[in-house]
Amino acid sequence: MAKHINVALIGNPNTGKTSVFNRLTGLNQKVGNYPGITVEKKQGTCKFGRGCKVHVLDLPGTYSLNASSVDENVVIELLLNKNDKDFPDVAVVVADIENLKRNLLLFTQIKDLGIPVILAINMADRMKRKAIYLDVPKLEEKLNTKIALISSRKNLGFDYLKELIENYNQLSTKPSLNASSISPEYFDRLRKAFPNQELYKLWLVITQDVNFGKLDRNELKGVASFQTESVSNLKRLQQKETVARYQFINETLKETLHIDTANAKDLRSRLDRVLTHKVWGYVIFFAILLLIFQAIFDWSSYPMDFIDSTFASLSEWAKTSLPVGDFTNLIAEGIIPGLGGIVIFIPQIAFLFLFISILEETGYMSRVVFLMDRIMRRFGLSGKSVVPLVAGTACAIPAIMATRNIENWKERLITILVTPFTTCSARLPVYLIIISLVIPDTRVLGIFSLQGLTLMFMYILGFGAAIFSAYILDKILKIRSKSFFVVEMPNYKLPLPKNVLITVVEKTKAFVFGAGKIILAISIILWVLASYGPGDFNNAEEIIQNQYASQNLSEEEIAMHVDSYKLEHSYIGHVGHAIEPAVRPLGYDWKIGIAIVSSFAAREVFVGTLATIYSVGSEDEQTIKSRMAAEINPILGGPLFNFASGVSLLLFYAFAMQCMSTLAIVKKETNSWKWPMWQLFVMSAIAYVVALAAYQFLK
Amino acid sequence: MVVTIASLKKGQRGIIKEFSVEVVPLKLLEMGCLPGNEVCLVQTAPFNDPLYLNINGSHLAIRRETASKIEIELI
Repeated sequence: MAKHINVALIGNPNTGKTSVFNRLTGLNQKVGNYPGITVEKKQGTCKFGRGCKVHVLDLPGTYSLNASSVDENVVIELLLNKNDKDFPDVAVVVADIENLKRNLLLFTQIKDLGIPVILAINMADRMKRKAIYLDVPKLEEKLNTKIALISSRKNLGFDYLKELIENYNQLSTKPSLNASSISPEYFDRLRKAFPNQELYKLWLVITQDVNFGKLDRNELKGVASFQTESVSNLKRLQQKETVARYQFINETLKETLHIDTANAKDLRSRLDRVLTHKVWGYVIFFAILLLIFQAIFDWSSYPMDFIDSTFASLSEWAKTSLPVGDFTNLIAEGIIPGLGGIVIFIPQIAFLFLFISILEETGYMSRVVFLMDRIMRRFGLSGKSVVPLVAGTACAIPAIMATRNIENWKERLITILVTPFTTCSARLPVYLIIISLVIPDTRVLGIFSLQGLTLMFMYILGFGAAIFSAYILDKILKIRSKSFFVVEMPNYKLPLPKNVLITVVEKTKAFVFGAGKIILAISIILWVLASYGPGDFNNAEEIIQNQYASQNLSEEEIAMHVDSYKLEHSYIGHVGHAIEPAVRPLGYDWKIGIAIVSSFAAREVFVGTLATIYSVGSEDEQTIKSRMAAEINPILGGPLFNFASGVSLLLFYAFAMQCMSTLAIVKKETNSWKWPMWQLFVMSAIAYVVALAAYQFLK
Repeated sequence: MVVTIASLKKGQRGIIKEFSVEVVPLKLLEMGCLPGNEVCLVQTAPFNDPLYLNINGSHLAIRRETASKIEIELI
């Protein structure tokens, strides 16, 4: 009979847990969300010999089972709930050989829950170079477990790890530490109150500030509220537990682990001396940022031009080779340009996630946190806000989720509120197309492209807006919260290409399919609204014939007038004209107005919308850019996208809160509609005023 | 004068004394900052804050404010 095994991968952050997961499952993985919360749920399968199928769950990294964030809640909630369908048959605790002591804390806690545990000691390939000696059989005996020495980098030890997983029922489930030794008297009372439960499980439920939901309602009813001790006493006991665990670990490792400290002067200290230097540290950080922005603009322009022209010819091909009719028009004028508007910025997103995942994988991100904390604190932020602000250049959604490790609530809230100001990749297509239309393609000082510099300025503007509003918020928000900050400084590592690749592919995929659905739906709706209309719309030919009867126009010119008349009198034309008074002072016509309104769903819709609106009725094969360049301002004449209206649009997109998904995530993370609504109204008001001022000044 | 982690100079070492739970968060304990452990100041960030510490092999950065609450004995 085929065996089915549930495996949970658990470990401290920075132990290479994800690389172990990638090694075990390859590309057979699925990233989703835990129901109701926005914690990423990574699971995958791998087949062992003899028909044994293994389901692997990669749990969020945590230092202990004492949860202090939503991510960590997921771990403890799963491990305490035997009825969960993902409840592990066996837990694999991934530890880093160089941080074994700290990593074992979590191991002993899980062991005490009575779950079969395998200890996978990662980065074992470094042992020789670092002169580390480990007595594996003795440690196995002391910890009452099986140990696999592995290296995900060199792909070592995985066969043995798999073998251990397959034979998990031979593992001992004896706890490593007797929990009641912390306070025999208290645990005695606990045992009497709940005679049928495991003590350590009870203890965890009582001390955690977690809403256990299902678990609490069923078997552990009443446990969480069982308190015969004061809160501070419980805290003291928790501290005592941690100290007791470390004592046990220290004694265990004293006999089994030997590190030759003569080799301590290593890569870490040499790199740290430069990378966290008070001058060079900043120089290097800004040089890296500069490289990222220059790369995104320069390198990704080639695949982007290619995608743009491919979709233009695809549209043309659909028009000529499919039978004439409404359906063909929908495909050629609605769906294909709409899809083109999203596919076009895959290259940039891929580049951004490539850089961000390399910075995180190498351990450099922690140094940036260390370097920036003091400066960021001046603006009411934390050094840890740098990660969301940098990640925000890819997408505000994962960036806002990345604020979870900021311990101080006020600093975290401010970070959440200002992150949407950073230039996310959804703004890029808008910026790129407008910059290429209104900023001359010249070079400054012979090397820097003026367009590239403009783009960089837009990024600086976004960061500036974020920092400045953080400063204001720090002054006006009256929240008292305990200031506390701790960050691990991991060892430097070369990033594993496979890990980076999987991150880039996963993130890009999630982004394209997530935003893609909205964009496609909006494109279709827009096409319908632009292709049909009330009253005069249906008599367009007749009206135009009469209007131009005396002018003797060619058939082509008449057809052009008919098309533009139709668009103006379509449903979307009516909507557009209704909002035109609001956008005209900013230098936009009603078509741009429609694009702005539709991009409140997601910014990147802007380009797709204009592509759809402009392509309805146009006959030739054209790229999005050439269509936009050809638009004439209906009132003033001259190109619609000129310097003044272009700058105004750039500024509007820099400040406006136009992303429903971000609003939804802010609601989830702050647990209130107050903050997302604040973002929506304040940011959009700033955007309108700044764009208005810019246009009126420049026109 | 009370000697705390915050009074360490770069490269200096000390042994962490007993402290109370009210001052030092559990998380810090779990990351290795325990009474009896040896602490060494590896580096300070620009403006002398935060502090980059090596506590018994664990590399952590904490703010000066927290560090000034953890008493040590110089060695």
